[in-house]
Amino acid sequence: MTDDDMQPDGGATKEEIFGTGESVERARTPPAERLKRMYDIYVRTPFLVGWSDWRTRIGGLGILFYILMGTIGVLIVPEYQVNEGPNYLSPFEDFSIITGTDYIGRSIGKQVVHGTPAMLKMALAGVVFAVGLGVVVGLIAGYKGGVVDRALMTMADVFIVLPGLPLIIVIVSIFPVRDPFLVGAILAIPRWSGLARQLRSQVLTLREEDYVEAARAMGLGTPTIITQEIMPKLAPFILISASGAATGVIVAAVALYFLGILPFSNDNWGVMMNFARRRGNAIANPGHAGHWMFLPLLALSGMTFALTLFSQGLDRVFNPQLRARHSKTITDDETGGEP
Amino acid sequence: MRYYVQRVFQAIITFVGGLFLTYCLYRLMPGGPVQAIVADIVSRRVRQGRPVDAQEIGAQAERMTGINPEHGILEGFYEYVFNIVVYQDFGRSIGFADPVFDVLFRAMPWSLFISGYGLILGFTATVLIGTLMAWNEGTKTDSGLTVFVLTMNSIPYYVGAIFMLVVLGFEWGVLPTGGRYPQSAEPGFNPEFMIGVAKHGAMPILSTFIIGFAGGSLGMRANTVRIMGSDYLRSARLRGLSTNRILTRYLARNAILPIYTGLVIGISGVFSSGVITEQIFQYPGVGWYMFEGLQLQDYPLIMGGFVFFAGLTVIAILIADLTYGLIDPRAGDAASRESF
Repeated sequence: MTDDDMQPDGGATKEEIFGTGESVERARTPPAERLKRMYDIYVRTPFLVGWSDWRTRIGGLGILFYILMGTIGVLIVPEYQVNEGPNYLSPFEDFSIITGTDYIGRSIGKQVVHGTPAMLKMALAGVVFAVGLGVVVGLIAGYKGGVVDRALMTMADVFIVLPGLPLIIVIVSIFPVRDPFLVGAILAIPRWSGLARQLRSQVLTLREEDYVEAARAMGLGTPTIITQEIMPKLAPFILISASGAATGVIVAAVALYFLGILPFSNDNWGVMMNFARRRGNAIANPGHAGHWMFLPLLALSGMTFALTLFSQGLDRVFNPQLRARHSKTITDDETGGEP
Repeated sequence: MRYYVQRVFQAIITFVGGLFLTYCLYRLMPGGPVQAIVADIVSRRVRQGRPVDAQEIGAQAERMTGINPEHGILEGFYEYVFNIVVYQDFGRSIGFADPVFDVLFRAMPWSLFISGYGLILGFTATVLIGTLMAWNEGTKTDSGLTVFVLTMNSIPYYVGAIFMLVVLGFEWGVLPTGGRYPQSAEPGFNPEFMIGVAKHGAMPILSTFIIGFAGGSLGMRANTVRIMGSDYLRSARLRGLSTNRILTRYLARNAILPIYTGLVIGISGVFSSGVITEQIFQYPGVGWYMFEGLQLQDYPLIMGGFVFFAGLTVIAILIADLTYGLIDPRAGDAASRESF
């Protein structure tokens, strides 16, 4: 075949002689062309495929809406104040305060808008923490195997056994966290281990694939193989898990604030619901203060609905056959001649 | 046999590992329970204008947390586990003035009742709806059910609980809004008590059911559709086997496999979300006591509840692991992989 046959002692690795092939490719393609191709593969095509699926479209628009509400919305909508209207004003009665007011006449709608940034911060921190740790542990354990695998998986198993909400209750009872980012990270603690296990089992099949074996035979290091050969294959799964982690963290956070387990510090929907229940007696007397509790609940349900729809639709975005139909740079040959 | 021993051993290790982690957390955190209680007592005394005696407060904090500050972490952990294993002694609850074990032991059956029923109902619904969708693949029934399941899954479970409580409990007054059985009923084998238990448990069970509701049915549908197109099923049909036999032996048995693992993961989820469900419905199960413990700064009770939940999760996962071989005989050859 090649030089390999003549150097059975492995005097030089293939990589040193030929490179990985990637550098040659890079040298040939001008940067502008490469940028265009990257844009097409990573931005335009997923967007178009996503847009063609109603679930991703609605879910994506929903998520965008909440992000805008938490960033620009806070700037547009003025801060809520005491005595904007009469106390416990029902919704749709006074059209200047369409959402009604709470026990000291503050607008409910404004409170919901100003509670959004805290929710987004918690979701972001939760995703970064849960997915980051899950990906690192899962990929390394799955690829390396042996002792590393066993050690990392025992660690993950310990966390799987620890029941999620009770663990959070113990942690919160020991040290009360107030910062939304920290709250999100703590709520994500029970989530990373499941993701790590799932990723590991996917890597177990990938590591036996021919192209991974080829990369290994070329002498590429473990970090390179994991990040460049294995991770892209799992990107869809990771993204879908991220959406799931965000949903889980938000749902848990609102529940814990609603029940008063987490100490109040910022405005968010859970705190509003807590006040509605404690002070407005919203559960026993929904005609009186029900709107105070149901509007944040509606906002929360909308957010989780958007996230779930989005992740369901993502499944399709990453389906290669569908992708190729929308892409400009991938030729028909590469898709196996499918029209 | 080796597989079973290994699994049991592994379960014990993870359980002890989890406990140790929590215990360390409990002891090591800056501003952990002992300091928190000391600070609390001091500030209260200063406010009341009473003298502050450091030694006395230290002793009181020790009584309240059950931690002997003179013992190191390993020693303390050994003592804690030793007391649990040998004497079933979890310490003494401060808020309920009873041994923690008694408090939790009384509440345990009620938690199992709620979560168990909810889980079984949810799992049944998952399998039934998933198969129904696959059987009617591509029809209106299929897409209608898909949208319905998606919607149910994406709305947080306690939203349903709160709505039920507001409508059924307070507006219509159909179902009781708190407690485990009516005050007037005598616990025992009599209709008033049993109907009361069913009525009080209805809403918590229903809302637990919604958590697991058809959660895996989209996955079940995908599995079933995939298997329905496979060759061995066609050959079974050609051999003239009855539809019933194909459905149960060939289709369901294989399609359930991935769902079964989901059930295992679901178990711990259902039990730990019991904390929230029980609190919303004021249903005094283990989760409710744990929550009260938090309000009362009753650290032994919180730890006890935690041990309970962790133990339950370990046992559930262990049972699922051990029985997995029964439904999937291929399981258990993980040791044959090489490591890189």
